Amino acid sequence: MPQKRLSGWGRTAWTVADVVSTVDPDVIADAVRHSGPRGVIARGLGRSYGAAAQNAGGTVVEMFAESHNDGSDLIFDPSTGIIDVAASVSLDAILRFSVPRGWFVPVTPGTRFVTVGGAIASDVHGKNHHVDGSFGQHVRSMTVLLSNGEIVELSPESTPAWFWATVGGMGLTGIVLRAKVAMLSIESSHVRVETERLPHFDAVCEAMSGDGDDDGYRYSVCWVDLLATGQSMGRGVLTRGDHALASEDSREDTLAYDPRLRVAAPGWVPNGLLNKYSIRAFNELWYRKAPAQRHVDFETIPAFFHPLDGVNNWNRLYGSQGFIQYQFIVPLERTDVLREVIATFSEAHVASFLAVLKRMGPQNLAPLSFPTEGWTLTLDMAAGIKGLPELLSRVDNMVLDAGGRHYLAKDSHVAPSAVRRGYKRLDEWLDVREQMDPSGTWRSDLSRRLGLMQGKDT
Amino acid sequence: MKNGVGVHQNIVLCGGTSDIGVAILNEIVQPGVARVVLVSRDVERAQQATESVSEKYPDVDFFHIRWDGADAESMPHVVQEIVAVAGDIDVAIVAQGLLNEGRDYYANPADLIEMANVNFTGTMTLLYALAAQMRSQGYGKIVLLSSVAGERVRRANAAYGATKAGIDGFALALDHDLAETGVSILVVRPGFVETKMTAGMKKAPFSTDAHTVARATARALSGNAKIIWVPGVLRWMFLVLKNLPLAVWRRLPV
Repeated sequence: MPQKRLSGWGRTAWTVADVVSTVDPDVIADAVRHSGPRGVIARGLGRSYGAAAQNAGGTVVEMFAESHNDGSDLIFDPSTGIIDVAASVSLDAILRFSVPRGWFVPVTPGTRFVTVGGAIASDVHGKNHHVDGSFGQHVRSMTVLLSNGEIVELSPESTPAWFWATVGGMGLTGIVLRAKVAMLSIESSHVRVETERLPHFDAVCEAMSGDGDDDGYRYSVCWVDLLATGQSMGRGVLTRGDHALASEDSREDTLAYDPRLRVAAPGWVPNGLLNKYSIRAFNELWYRKAPAQRHVDFETIPAFFHPLDGVNNWNRLYGSQGFIQYQFIVPLERTDVLREVIATFSEAHVASFLAVLKRMGPQNLAPLSFPTEGWTLTLDMAAGIKGLPELLSRVDNMVLDAGGRHYLAKDSHVAPSAVRRGYKRLDEWLDVREQMDPSGTWRSDLSRRLGLMQGKDT
Repeated sequence: MKNGVGVHQNIVLCGGTSDIGVAILNEIVQPGVARVVLVSRDVERAQQATESVSEKYPDVDFFHIRWDGADAESMPHVVQEIVAVAGDIDVAIVAQGLLNEGRDYYANPADLIEMANVNFTGTMTLLYALAAQMRSQGYGKIVLLSSVAGERVRRANAAYGATKAGIDGFALALDHDLAETGVSILVVRPGFVETKMTAGMKKAPFSTDAHTVARATARALSGNAKIIWVPGVLRWMFLVLKNLPLAVWRRLPV
């Protein structure tokens, strides 16, 4: 088995593991059978930002299929709208198959380069969470390899405890091999988007609150300028929309879909390229570019859902020290904490290239699933910023004191106590995890740092 | 585990009473650190030396392990003990050392052997034991406190300089051997550092203090440097000194 250095998408905290690259269930089962004391974790396209899909000194099963679709890893039934797909298939591959046929994935995160297995393990959410929930809610069943070599079929009806422990379970209950996912029917590959500029944070919260018309839009997200201060603090650009109707689309082929990459980030980028000055300039431009009045436009799927996928390897833009993405959620009524967090980052001059705010809908049944009714703020920042550990630890406490929590798929730094405080059903999940994997085979650098294996952490 | 913002969860300091070692702890213990293991000959003194850190971070668990730094054969066992209390070793600071300034080795060869065992033989076996553990972990960082004294060994501290020359060269070659394993070694070469080890000695040019060495070390830990000099100017000074003809070198008042 070749040894390989791995990191998450943020390119921090690299570690070395034995890597088995395969999508063959027999080879995967064999690798699990022969794994050493430091266990196994599955890895898809490596888009989780932190250390969720790496396993220092252990085995990593790297499983993603480059759409060498012989038909077996992607079976679609248009009469039910359910796709039966190998866990190693990416949302990108699904979309290339499904959009021209008039179907969209039920949930997509900000990148389509995630595998179905990863989407389940992280229980990813998208701009439609307030209406449609997260990815796991659209999974009808899944086939999972357990650490004892057994292959089981899990569904919310027949095996709810095991099913929901695997949704959002960060790969620590078993390896998802296949899943049946309910797709969304669409008439057009365009999205009708309403864009609106909001001059300060209060306006942002008001526009996105459930009392307003936010629930009338399937997709809703707000970009926030974290570097704006004073009156403009927390100003943003709100974009909301839904898939266009065929009647709104004047193209001959309303389902035409062209997701090709436009540009690539250069292989080497000077450290500090993304700093508070360059980002301030970008933010100003981005804000000014948005129309002052509410404005309706039609955008393509890649432009609306996956703008960063247009730049290949954009994660290199932060230079050799990498970057972290910080995503947390606080209850709906705690906009005061959001404001406090934004002010804290702004005062510390932490520049974030990407800061987005979203109101999330109700929580699903998965004990470790991140989304719950509330506000989620996502920002990214260079990992090498001086004093970052202290700053983050302060913000972590504000979030936890407010009854909030952190998104494990993006986490790079929280302490074990943060998971315990944020995820009230952690013990329940640990019990089910133990039933599913009594040998403690599934481990990752994330599970080690967070002490998720309860005394089995080596 | 180390985390994404450069914090090491589990830190080990070998030579738990070393001024420079403790100063490095002061720099790198921060929110996110879970455990600190102090390995020393004198647990009580190590406790006292690190009181300021342990009081500042009540959430961090401090563990003490007693050892004899001169007992080279015990090192694999010492590393096992560390792992038993703390789990994975994210960073190990190897700071033990004897200077024995002014000792008459003609009269006391036993002192010479002890110094060689602590500074060289014991440290070498410790580095191997740490490297073996970290290889199995798939990552880890070792910080070796070396000295410019090893760059060109002086008459005034021939034995000390020779042990430092030996361990410095060994550590760099071991780091080379560890390429692609996720494990690496940072060699720190301070000049004259004002500490209890050098108390009462005549200060050398470009002398520095433990705090400065610690800050430079903490900075280097987040990068890929293999060697750092403190202060940095010593690197260029020793480039010259190292290459002086022996006849000239011996006339220098160093």
